[in-house]
Amino acid sequence: MRVGIPRSLLYYKYLPFWKTFLASVGLEVETSPMTNRKILADGVKVAENELCVPVKAFYGHCLALRDRVDALFVPRVVSMEERAYTCPKFLGLPDMIAAVAERLGLPPLLTPHLNQREKPSEFKWQLINFARDEFGIDRLDAVAALESAKLAQRQFQDGLAGGRTPLDLLPQSRLNRPRRRKAAGPSKRIGLLGHPYNIYDGYITQNLIARLEEIGAELVVPEMTDHHALMNAATDVPKQLYWTYEKEIMGAINLWTEKRQVDGVIYVLAFACGPDSLIQVLIEHRARTYNVPLMSLTIDEHSGEAGLVTRIEAFTDMLMRKRREHGNVEAVA
Amino acid sequence: MKISAPHMGHLHLMLADLFQRMGVEYVKPPPTTTKTLQIGAKVSPEFACLPLKINLGNFIEALEAGADSLVMAGGHGPCRFGYYGIVEDRILRDLGYEFDFYMLEPFNDGAWKFYKLFESLSPGLSIRSLWKILKVSFSKGRAFDRLYKRALQIRACEINRGDTSRALKKAEAVLTAAYSPNEIEEAAAESMAILEAVERDPDRQVLKVGIVGEFYLLLEPFSNFGLEEFLGHMGVYLERSVWVTDWIAPNRNNIIYGYPKKLVKQKAAPYLNHNVGGEGQETVGSVVLFAERGFDGVIQLLPFGCMPENIATSILPKVQQYHDIPVLTLAFDEQSGRAGVITRVEAFLDLLSARRMKRNAGVAAPLEPAAAAMSERM
Ligand code: SF4
Ligand code: SF4
Repeated sequence: MRVGIPRSLLYYKYLPFWKTFLASVGLEVETSPMTNRKILADGVKVAENELCVPVKAFYGHCLALRDRVDALFVPRVVSMEERAYTCPKFLGLPDMIAAVAERLGLPPLLTPHLNQREKPSEFKWQLINFARDEFGIDRLDAVAALESAKLAQRQFQDGLAGGRTPLDLLPQSRLNRPRRRKAAGPSKRIGLLGHPYNIYDGYITQNLIARLEEIGAELVVPEMTDHHALMNAATDVPKQLYWTYEKEIMGAINLWTEKRQVDGVIYVLAFACGPDSLIQVLIEHRARTYNVPLMSLTIDEHSGEAGLVTRIEAFTDMLMRKRREHGNVEAVA
Repeated sequence: MKISAPHMGHLHLMLADLFQRMGVEYVKPPPTTTKTLQIGAKVSPEFACLPLKINLGNFIEALEAGADSLVMAGGHGPCRFGYYGIVEDRILRDLGYEFDFYMLEPFNDGAWKFYKLFESLSPGLSIRSLWKILKVSFSKGRAFDRLYKRALQIRACEINRGDTSRALKKAEAVLTAAYSPNEIEEAAAESMAILEAVERDPDRQVLKVGIVGEFYLLLEPFSNFGLEEFLGHMGVYLERSVWVTDWIAPNRNNIIYGYPKKLVKQKAAPYLNHNVGGEGQETVGSVVLFAERGFDGVIQLLPFGCMPENIATSILPKVQQYHDIPVLTLAFDEQSGRAGVITRVEAFLDLLSARRMKRNAGVAAPLEPAAAAMSERM
């Protein structure tokens, strides 16, 4: 059986795990191409208008896989750690896709229920039961698949901690990233904040990463810091955030500002993103308090590349001016 | 201490009662107006959901009116509401306001914490007296909710337009004045009698419409341009899926709505099989329930960009198809205008009337009060 993984949303976080697990239980795994004009346009057409752009793109990716696979992998990722959630939209995603499946002629959906909110050890059983119910895999084989999946995910995470980005580590199509062009003079260290499925989706963010690298920015992303370190750094709020991925974002900006790891921050948020609309306030406050320039960049399906280029150029110019005026910001190992 | 909390429909009546019993001075924020919303929207993140923007407007107006302490409800996700308070507190402080901020986390989050919050508002308050206060105050809240629910049904058949709303005002006043448990019991009966005395046309053919959606939008008439009253005047019988006391009651038996949360979730399960925060699942389940009960249609109200409701909206076409019930989805933000909303609602009522007519085909269809009311307006 061929199963399709949409190259969208949590693909950018868990692909190595999912792919290895599905392959280990004997499935052929296929991913959709990188987001392109058609994929996004298809998604925008079927998705509810008020949804955020990455979820709209997800619909498009499901359509892109429609005729190539026997089943679509759309897990319900409720929570990846105790007392936390992902985002409401991930909780409802399988139902949202199922609601249009018939109309669009989508293949059957594989929707394991992944929830570590109450008890992290549940995760294992959720996957074992999923493998048993869907494919008749016995427990030992499922456990073995789980172990190799964990290993693959760990390698991915080690790679990230080593300074590489999901773009370097996840399979790419030919539309690969441009070669780095080192600019003359001191480079600007720019912290790129936001959800990985936005930041690393070159089509959704109008090649933001490539643009920044072209002008010689040295990019710092949250994925470079270990997940636990990010979580620990995000605890200085009066009430703990209950969205894991927002907590990572908060942790990242807290670390960057405290340790002066960046000259400036570009915060990419999707229009109508619920969680970001709130933590945006805390992030902007943090940057202000620590006097680190921050540019919030809102993206949706209508964002144009021209406007983006102007804005990031203005921002990086400002950073350079600031650096010349104040001398070098002390570097931190 | 001068405490204040954001408006939400008639919540202020309950809060006034509660704080009076606790011996805390309550500053009722000035009534929510367009200006309130403008003030709030100006200081809010652009795509924060509408309730947060109105909350902030209420808070600012309350602080200007002399409040020095603010209280806000909490929660633990997955939706935004549980984190509203933290962000509101941050925004207000960045604006330079000074105040004490209290976040009321749900009871099942820890009874001790819950008690401690009230105790910090009213030092020396014992657990026993808090429990008693909450019980009495809550019973008064229930009585209010019963009135409002009944008004939604009576208004559709009132003979003199506006009678129900006028009676409701009187009934409200009677109930507000009641203090002891006995008084509350008597006032509940008396106020209901005032409402029941509204002159009605028992033979009027009315459309039956269910109101579902996000709870703030359903509970705060300001946010939906008084849609329920408008529909009532058009001769539409209404039931609504969200009530403030149902929401507060930890058991979620939904006494006012009439359908326990568990049942509603069961009804939603074939279409939306997981909690998605807010009222997402309840919205889907309630559409099914209203369809099963033969309602003519359902109106879904939500703040623009509301995550749980957007999920529900994405799924509702399938529910409509399987249960053959029309659903009108209305999203609101600070740019919404009353005229646009009313136009869409009127078109929807036309559709419902036409469907009803078709269903009754063969029988000489009685004049739809909705259609009549509309032509009268034009
Ligand atoms: S976190 Fe934001 S961008 Fe991501 S799915 Fe949720 S609403 Fe969309
Ligand atoms: S349910 Fe809707 S309105 Fe309420 S917090 Fe969530 S997104 Fe905002």
